[in-house]
Amino acid sequence: MSSKDVILDRIRAALGAGAETPEIPRDYRRGPAQVDLDLLVERLVDYKAVVHRLTAEKPDTGEPVAGGGVEGSGPQAGVGGARPLDDLDHLAEGRANAQVGVEAAAVRAAIAGILGAGTVVVPPGLPLEWLPDGVHGLVDDGLSAERIAAADGVVTAAAVAVVETGTIVLDASPDQGRRIISLLPDLHICVLRADQVVASVPEAVARLDPTRPLTWISGPSATSDIELNRVEGVHGPRNLHVILAGQ
Amino acid sequence: MSTFLGMPVHAPRGVGHLRGDESFPDAARTALGDSQLRRNLQHATTTIRGKSGRVIAELPDWQELRSAGSALKSYTMAHLPELLEQLEEKVTAAGGVVHWAADANEADRIVTDLVRAAGEQRVIKVKSMATQEIGLNEALEAAGITPVETDLAELIVQLGNDKPSHILVPAIHRNRSEIREIFLRAMPGVDPKLTDDPPVLAGAARRYLRETFLSTKVAVSGANFAIADTGTLAVVESEGNGRMCLTLPETLITVMGIEKLVPTWQDLEVFLQLLPRASTGERMNPYTSMWTGVTPGDGPQNFHLVLLDNGRTAVLADEVGRQALHCIRCSACLNVCPVYERTGGHAYGSVYPGPIGAILSPQLTGVADNASLPYASSLCGACFDACPVKIDIPSILVHLRNQAPHPRTEAAVMAAAAYTMDHPRLYRSAQRAAKLSRIAGRRGRGLPPPLNGWSASRDLPAPPKETFRDWWRNR
Repeated sequence: MSSKDVILDRIRAALGAGAETPEIPRDYRRGPAQVDLDLLVERLVDYKAVVHRLTAEKPDTGEPVAGGGVEGSGPQAGVGGARPLDDLDHLAEGRANAQVGVEAAAVRAAIAGILGAGTVVVPPGLPLEWLPDGVHGLVDDGLSAERIAAADGVVTAAAVAVVETGTIVLDASPDQGRRIISLLPDLHICVLRADQVVASVPEAVARLDPTRPLTWISGPSATSDIELNRVEGVHGPRNLHVILAGQ
Repeated sequence: MSTFLGMPVHAPRGVGHLRGDESFPDAARTALGDSQLRRNLQHATTTIRGKSGRVIAELPDWQELRSAGSALKSYTMAHLPELLEQLEEKVTAAGGVVHWAADANEADRIVTDLVRAAGEQRVIKVKSMATQEIGLNEALEAAGITPVETDLAELIVQLGNDKPSHILVPAIHRNRSEIREIFLRAMPGVDPKLTDDPPVLAGAARRYLRETFLSTKVAVSGANFAIADTGTLAVVESEGNGRMCLTLPETLITVMGIEKLVPTWQDLEVFLQLLPRASTGERMNPYTSMWTGVTPGDGPQNFHLVLLDNGRTAVLADEVGRQALHCIRCSACLNVCPVYERTGGHAYGSVYPGPIGAILSPQLTGVADNASLPYASSLCGACFDACPVKIDIPSILVHLRNQAPHPRTEAAVMAAAAYTMDHPRLYRSAQRAAKLSRIAGRRGRGLPPPLNGWSASRDLPAPPKETFRDWWRNR
């Protein structure tokens, strides 16, 4: 008799004639509710993220400028696997390309304000025109952990954000990349579109595809282990900057 | 034979950390004598109660979420066989391997064999109650494998040769200056000018563990949730050590109690709101990782899930006590408990301290092996109110007290009291007799032997000058 059979038999014996199976009361708020971007900013800031809001009036320079000295083998998704990460089929209607609705010039200016110069890791699907001159984009085509850790930062897009909790979710789409790239550098710059923002956790869960690796991020790495006070900065990025595009 | 094998059994003796070396009252006496410990605990639990209360008050539907969470857990227990098989099927289809462990010994053996098969001598660990419960670190060490705890509090406990004292904050009994001393004494390569500023202490842990994260090929984790209909596992954390362990190694081994299931993906919307607010008092914890089997090119390429019984089916067999399996390990009940706040977690003997430990540990081991724990409570009910999935801890405590042997003098006194109260004349003279005890002192100094065992930890009310009956007659 396998341990599986033993355990399942024990459970059936324990439950006996059958345990009560209640109706699940679903009278908590499930949405959809009005999205309040000001509140999102407030909640992000409360957990020590730095937020840069782009206004629609920012003029486009009209010159798509590539980041200085782009390295790597260029946009390439799904590093050698049976279930490539460039599979966009799951994405909800209207969530196509990270570039839609995001003014590259405004993102460039915001990133230039965060990081004057240096090297940032970027996922294969991230628009390189987001990077300002002087910021070197290191495209992740299967980079080693050491090279990722040595970078000055990482720039990713996002999948979903939650107003109520100040949370950003990454789902490893091509513009967000492998989980490792947003983990090892000390600075994470995340470009978020207003149409990716939902009011509450239930709405976020409904939008996400659980078969993809998901990382829910609420502020920079922190700990409450010393006298139960939240202290920012342990193993993950100690600096989280959110660039919020759109109204 | 199969009938015998298939009956629920308690967690075996001689392995793991569910049984203490001494009874709760004896261990509590030691803890109560440590004034530094009491100060640390009081500061920490007061802080977290305040934080948690504030973020819970932000949600207008907290009670509705609690009710949904409670019902979802009852549903899960009632459908456990089907849901576990569904989980196994989904994890396997996504490239993972599922193992079933009937008890701690089997789980320890499975994990040890997997680490050996990977050819490794070191594993990194994310804080996990299940692996503490089964004594995995000791089993790995006995096999020549070094487990490295990566959670800051677990690291403090490991470097201090200490024991965890809280589910969520295992080093809650240590303050910042004690942590500094532990780091200076036991952390290789630490800056001797280390201060006790919390960000500086966190920075020291970051530097110390970075190289270990990058060079270790096997990680061991627990799981906060496992979604039956998708095969998705979730780990909720703060520091990023969880993300490191779940992302960087080649092999990931997750050990999970069979009760951690959530029926559907959408159901997670309830628990992701309940857990952070009830546990750390945050709207959301800094990081939550979710993964389904293996994702080619991203994260560990070998994933093993170990499903653990170790007494859980025995808990399930008790219709009243099975609610203890609803626990999502938030530790809100610890933080509101007047007993825990004074004794700390070590007094409970088990890795599961506080009110939830007082109902879970005796049920996992059998009440006889943890007979004092159901009494480690004043039955004030604060834990029930704080529980995000509405576990009725006081009722289960009373239920378990009825299974534990009562002290013989207590039984004799209760029988005598019942007889007296049934006979008005006897009761009247007993009340008058009680007045005489005023002669012995203004306030009761406790009962005479052999009844002093009962009054040693309870204050007796001073008997009135006049009984109610006397006052009524003389008014």
